[in-house]
Amino acid sequence: MYINYKKKYNRRYSTTLNLYSLVVLFLVFFQCSLVFSQENVPELDIDVTEGVVEPIPIAFPNFITTDFSSSIIANEISKVVKNDLLKTALFRIVPQGSYISDVTSIDSPVRFADWRAINSDLLVVGDVSVVNETITIKFRLWDVVGQNEIFKGVQFKGPSNSIRRIAHKVSDLIYSGVTGEGKYFDTRIAFISERGPKNNRTKRLAIMDQDGANLTFLTDSESIVLAPRFSPDSRNILYTSYETGKPRVYLMNLINGNLRSFPELPGMTFAPRFSPDGMKIILSITENGNTDIYTLNLENNLKKRLTKNVAIDTAPSYSPDGKFIVFESDRGGNQQIYVMPSEGGKAKRISFGKGRYGTPVWSPRGDMIAFTKMYKGNFHIGVMRKDGSQERLLTKAFIDEGPTWAPNGRILMFFRETSGVNGAPSLHTIEVTGRNLRKIELSSFASDPSWSSLLK
Amino acid sequence: MNYQKIMMSVLILFTVTNCSETNGIFGKTGSGSDPFANISQTSLEYFSNEIGDTVLFKVNQSVIEPDYRETLNSQAEWIKENSITSVTIEGHADEQGTREYNLALGARRATAVRNYLVSKGVSESNLSVVTYGKERPLRICSEESCWSKNRRAITIIDVSSS
Repeated sequence: MYINYKKKYNRRYSTTLNLYSLVVLFLVFFQCSLVFSQENVPELDIDVTEGVVEPIPIAFPNFITTDFSSSIIANEISKVVKNDLLKTALFRIVPQGSYISDVTSIDSPVRFADWRAINSDLLVVGDVSVVNETITIKFRLWDVVGQNEIFKGVQFKGPSNSIRRIAHKVSDLIYSGVTGEGKYFDTRIAFISERGPKNNRTKRLAIMDQDGANLTFLTDSESIVLAPRFSPDSRNILYTSYETGKPRVYLMNLINGNLRSFPELPGMTFAPRFSPDGMKIILSITENGNTDIYTLNLENNLKKRLTKNVAIDTAPSYSPDGKFIVFESDRGGNQQIYVMPSEGGKAKRISFGKGRYGTPVWSPRGDMIAFTKMYKGNFHIGVMRKDGSQERLLTKAFIDEGPTWAPNGRILMFFRETSGVNGAPSLHTIEVTGRNLRKIELSSFASDPSWSSLLK
Repeated sequence: MNYQKIMMSVLILFTVTNCSETNGIFGKTGSGSDPFANISQTSLEYFSNEIGDTVLFKVNQSVIEPDYRETLNSQAEWIKENSITSVTIEGHADEQGTREYNLALGARRATAVRNYLVSKGVSESNLSVVTYGKERPLRICSEESCWSKNRRAITIIDVSSS
């Protein structure tokens, strides 16, 4: 699908981008096998949907290893896992100094009383070995209170450069096994890395792990770039660049670095997203000062205009079933959120609170829409049901903007920009419950996050 | 309508005549203290500083305010007189809006200026518009004093095109 584009639009992109694309190969082959059956129903159940959550104490003894190099890797894995779990605010690690039992084999019977005595509710035991550059981790998660196994003996294998991905997969199983929610740790974030003074920012397209590790730049700082958006399979990103002097949408293949521009689209183009099947893109096109919403079929290049009026129609986002599009428009006088059928047609306004609403994005679960709200000089990240009911504001700041959903639909990432002459953006996460606001620590400013799907 | 047009033409005529005699609106202060006294009327500095290359807008608006009509009239005359064939109009927004909306708003502002210049006889094919949304603020404080200067459209002359 991409081979021809490069030949067709092989301008100066190919030389600069291939440099970056080489380091983007994040597809690491994994084997996941169940050592035993997986049929236990957890007795211990954390409800992350409401109420105040007291972090659940989890005992995390060192993973068992038989040689020094394995023990170093085992330590790195457990460091990443612990960090993932702690950042959910749903877990706390019981300090190792208090452990009564020694764990010498993941198959030996668990002395539940010893772990209860130090007030652990959960116990992770694991075994890490490294043979011929291949890491193998076997681990088990025990419900110490119910005295049963939450899932049985999972094993992951991966190359020695995949320590962090293996760790995130372990975190995902623990989080998902205990909460019943979907996984989200083994994911990546595409975003805009920013540097320099406010009136002369340089912006670079960048990609990193969900926790901020493995940051890679995808463009240089020559042109302004905006708002990357992952494809459903996380192998491509759409973004907007001023490469030609005007804002135009591009599609970058993260596997081979190929870049597709869309010369068939007129005017200025921006605010692109993929359709859930990855076959189409939806975006805004500005012609003669008027901004409307269009789709472009990536296979047959057929363009379709979905809105046609003098208002600004932008920031479109598909529902996960592909049947609807949520977008923002000022057709009613100011910026509000509307829903229309995915082939166009009558749009229904769904935001009715005070203030202006923008950047709507449909949750991967399909039930909610996250948005940016501007009201009385503040910006908020909020969520509402897909019919506009049950609006809840999760944050408040000078500028909080551009939410993106974790693949499990439980956590939102967005950027927060501070005010004033030294004002600058940084990435934050918050649970859809409004709990656990966290800044992602990076060495540069950062904005416009896009959360990938769960990596394969 | 006709009356307005006539008045506008008279105004332009007056402005142009006035400029050529006194070297601009500061001419009356005397050539010794006139910062533009030595600036050629065909220079870019004259266009940017004397005529004015910037039009400001109200919050979320893209209507050309009456105060700026004279500026734009002069821009149109200058572009025509100097046979400029390549002009870019940049539209900008303040930081108090979302990124995508501000891109669309900047495009509206730049296009409003373009349409005005076309209505004054500048060839549409010589004008192009680009929006920067909130990407390139002129002033960087987070107060109305800066925001009001950032909600702007700037007419940029490509000198190589004259």
